[in-house]
Amino acid sequence: MHPVLILVARRVALGVLLLWAASVLLFAGTMILPGDVAQSILGQSATPVALANLRAELGLNDPPLTRYLNWLGGVLQGDLGTALTNGQDIAEALGRRLGNTLFLAATAAVIAVPLAIGLGLLAARYRDRWPDKVISTFTLATVSIPEFLLGYIAIFFLSVNFRIFPSLAAVHEGMSLGERLYAVSLPALVLVLVVLGHMMRMTRAAILNVMESAYVETAELKGLRPFAVVARHAFPNAVAPVVNVVMLNLAYLVVGVVVVEVVFVYPGMGQYLVDHVSKRDVPVVQACGLIFAAVYIGLNLVADIVSIVSNPRLRHPK
Amino acid sequence: MRRLPPAALIGLVFTGLYFFGAIFAGLIAPYGMAEVVGDRWEPWSAAHPLGTDSIGRDLLSRMIWGGQTTIFVATAATLLSFTLGSVLGFVAAVRGGFVDQLLSRFVDLIMSIPSLIFALAVLSVTPVTVPVLILVMGLLDSTRVFRLARAVAVDVTVMDFVEAAKLRGERTGWIIFREILPNALSPLIAEMGLRFIFMVLFISTLSFLGLGVQPPLADWGGIVKENREGIVWGVPAALVPAFAIATLAISVNLVADWILNRTSSLKGGRGG
Amino acid sequence: MADRLLEIENLRIEATAYPPGEPPREVVLVKGVSLTLERGKVLGLIGESGAGKSTIGLASMAYGRSGVRLTGGAVRLNGRDLMKEPASGLRALRGKEATYVAQSAAAAFNPAKRLMEQVVEAALAHGVASRKEAEARAVRLFGKLGLPEPETIGRRYPHQVSGGQLQRVMTAMALCPEPDLVIFDEPTTALDVTTQIEVLAAIKEAIRDTGVAALYITHDLAVVAQVADHILVLRGGEAVEYGETQQIITAPREEYTRALVSVRSIEHEEKPEGAEPVLSVRGVTARYRGTGFDVLSDVSVDLPAGQTLAVVGESGSGKSTLARVITGLLPAREGEIDFAGRRLSPALAGRSRDDLREIQMIYQMADTAMNPRQTVGTIIGRPLSFYFGLRGEARRRRVQELLDQIEMGSGFIDRYPAELSGGQKQRVCIARALAAKPRLIICDEVTSALDPLVADGVLKLLLRLQAEEGVAYLFITHDIATVRAIADRIAVMYRGRVQRYGPKSAVLSPPFDDYTDLLLASVPEMRRGWLEEALERRRMESAGN
Repeated sequence: MHPVLILVARRVALGVLLLWAASVLLFAGTMILPGDVAQSILGQSATPVALANLRAELGLNDPPLTRYLNWLGGVLQGDLGTALTNGQDIAEALGRRLGNTLFLAATAAVIAVPLAIGLGLLAARYRDRWPDKVISTFTLATVSIPEFLLGYIAIFFLSVNFRIFPSLAAVHEGMSLGERLYAVSLPALVLVLVVLGHMMRMTRAAILNVMESAYVETAELKGLRPFAVVARHAFPNAVAPVVNVVMLNLAYLVVGVVVVEVVFVYPGMGQYLVDHVSKRDVPVVQACGLIFAAVYIGLNLVADIVSIVSNPRLRHPK
Repeated sequence: MRRLPPAALIGLVFTGLYFFGAIFAGLIAPYGMAEVVGDRWEPWSAAHPLGTDSIGRDLLSRMIWGGQTTIFVATAATLLSFTLGSVLGFVAAVRGGFVDQLLSRFVDLIMSIPSLIFALAVLSVTPVTVPVLILVMGLLDSTRVFRLARAVAVDVTVMDFVEAAKLRGERTGWIIFREILPNALSPLIAEMGLRFIFMVLFISTLSFLGLGVQPPLADWGGIVKENREGIVWGVPAALVPAFAIATLAISVNLVADWILNRTSSLKGGRGG
Repeated sequence: MADRLLEIENLRIEATAYPPGEPPREVVLVKGVSLTLERGKVLGLIGESGAGKSTIGLASMAYGRSGVRLTGGAVRLNGRDLMKEPASGLRALRGKEATYVAQSAAAAFNPAKRLMEQVVEAALAHGVASRKEAEARAVRLFGKLGLPEPETIGRRYPHQVSGGQLQRVMTAMALCPEPDLVIFDEPTTALDVTTQIEVLAAIKEAIRDTGVAALYITHDLAVVAQVADHILVLRGGEAVEYGETQQIITAPREEYTRALVSVRSIEHEEKPEGAEPVLSVRGVTARYRGTGFDVLSDVSVDLPAGQTLAVVGESGSGKSTLARVITGLLPAREGEIDFAGRRLSPALAGRSRDDLREIQMIYQMADTAMNPRQTVGTIIGRPLSFYFGLRGEARRRRVQELLDQIEMGSGFIDRYPAELSGGQKQRVCIARALAAKPRLIICDEVTSALDPLVADGVLKLLLRLQAEEGVAYLFITHDIATVRAIADRIAVMYRGRVQRYGPKSAVLSPPFDDYTDLLLASVPEMRRGWLEEALERRRMESAGN
């Protein structure tokens, strides 16, 4: 078998292993730590009998391993359990919200990725000149402000003072794509700002790293046009690091979504998660945590696979 | 001594100012933390330079008290994450072998879950108090410090002067504290600045989500949450903490950059 | 006038330096250098690091690396002033009229593209030839340069061929567009000596056959003497001496050139045999953890007290591993090491403090061998307190004595390594080793990273210290000239085994085994015609076999 395939297969296996370990960790983190779910649900005034009944009903008296295996078995069959607070089926409730979240994240990514790569190239091209300095100052500013504050700044200026965009990102069934996009314009903008800085800075570093290499100098000394130097020599070697940068930042975007959804009261998974953390609805928290972890691990996996596949030393072994 | 670049000077002045405010909040703040002194959302005036908040408390005083909480929690969590992360990172680098494998793989695992999500999961079952917050944030973040400390220490450990010390017969203690540590310190201190910023953002985010510092105790993230409704009425009270957090983060960043630039270049980040 | 290909007049080159933690400052790299090169001739540019030779080489294509600016004078190629050419004009001549061969071909090739693609690229970009013609020409060049499988080697990727082969492919790449001028920038420096001679011969033959003119940049006068018609000696960005190759190497006019010519000519009288061995290595075999083969097999050598054993070999021969085994960093799997009449424990942990004290080590890279956060006084003083309990004023006095011994004055004790020159750093490392009052110092390539003149100074110092202190050296090196300068006994290593071992006079006299013969015959000698003789001998021998 080709060594690249072996490496990729190994990396995928590692990803699956990580996801499994993450599920153990999430389960352990929410189940074994002090604090009693039954007590939390019923409050301090609950009678001992009611508490005991609820504990039995939730399976809290089973040993942790049994509870974990039951839970994992259910997850593998697509059954995420039922919410403690309202008895809803979690998988069903999550389905639509997951769609909304992915829609928001995708909108932000579609804007942020080309913009960040473009600006990163610009900064690398005009290194240490004013475009680079403007971009790096902007980067410093955006990574220093938490996303919820970016959100309120955007609402304050763009929707309250100038009334350009809606302040609440309300979406519902039956909206057209255009209406949906308009509804998520502000949260998407905030998410773009959140990831743009990092993505730009890392793209710039990746490009500069390649542009400073000896083989780019060789290409320049061949008298090639700047475009040919970049397209034929720099670009093929810069793809992997840049894809890596993009994936890592998309993974970050997934986390940023949680907060932004709360700010804009957007009916996505992040808001659902935060709501149920306050209500101490453990099954919902576990399900959401697992999905977030899966997306995060998956994006990191893609980044690593791209690095493996694009490495000429691995693709063409001696 | 070399002359201080202006950016570093600005950073140092602002960082110092904020820490001064946090330490002496009791002396500086014109009013008490939870003292109601006026109507809700009064505009800026001589009596209340930043106006009042959603239930009529003096916003400037809230900000100063809030700064104390935010900076205290962030500092404590940074110290915890730093001590734990760098000690374990050094141990992993110097001992190598099985210890290194075990620690490194465990850290990989923790980092495979975004730290905000992990924190939320833990906070869904634990009581949300300041010590718990410090513990959760510090422990989760120590993974990043671990990776950096280990990488830096590994870089130094392979140097010939460390080998020379081993050949001389020096004890492990001398090697860690006299040979490795002095050479690993400046990237670590710069990283400490970045970790501190991350902690400020982290605790503010948690408080904003209602899962951090609980009212009536003030902190910057909480002030945003308390005044968020004002935004749609055109009251900018919720944006005041934005300014505070951003300036604190930027000034600490400038100081960290300055420390880092004096030596090698290492990447740091806010991470997930 | 017509056959003047390249004329450089009063060239001045400046650059901006960015020292860490300090404001940027301007430095002058080249201060008014002039030279002329006629068509079909080879000019050697020679000098130590910082002489500006590579900068001038690139400037003859009007190219400056980042931050480097051509600020004065003129560069004329084929009669055109390159400093007045627009960017498009420069592009039109780079890769067509003038091409470049870099020191590290491994870095200079794009790792993601096949060799052929890169070799013909310049010819195609400038419309010199069609792809078919260019590829045919490349294959011919591959053959001429002695590359294996010239028809198909172009299909490989850079990492799929060896360093010596890659350097030859790079030469083919430079010759493919049939330029008027090729700039060779230290093309053989990174290669082992037995590979260097092959590449050097290939380059020389290619230059002769194609009639191209060349600038040949190197720090090694013996190498450049083989290929150049004229030589320009550079120092600190200024021209020192220009002349015909024969004149430069036989009758140099300037003091500095004389020093360069006489470098590596230290002669050292071999000490008599019969002294008790201070170190005795018997049948040592070693391998690194996790690998399945022995890096050292059955190595046995003796080192008499107060003498020097040179361990010589090419990269991968196991010579540095031998040092690691003797110091105990890599415990031997088999065999014994006796030191000063006692058996040494194989592992570092099992050795006494006296064992450690009496075997000291000096490294190739003095930069990484000293803790950058410690002053010279601390670096030399630590063994004094560690082994002898010296403190305070007594320790400081002793450090100063040691500094005097290594010919460094009183101003150095409170300086940091970063404030020292390369030669001074290595001297401080020597002083640190001496501070322990050792009976054996292991010197691992201690002069290879230094410029030749500085290296000579360090070698002389080591010889003097040996005479004064009676310390023995185990001297690891790949450089035969260094061996001649310092050794009493020699062990030639090849693929983890001792190929030849004995007193210097015996090892360096015939009859030789094949490998030692090849090694010795590959060391460039500073006379014209050496390369041809060496190649002729090789041909005869391989014909004889």
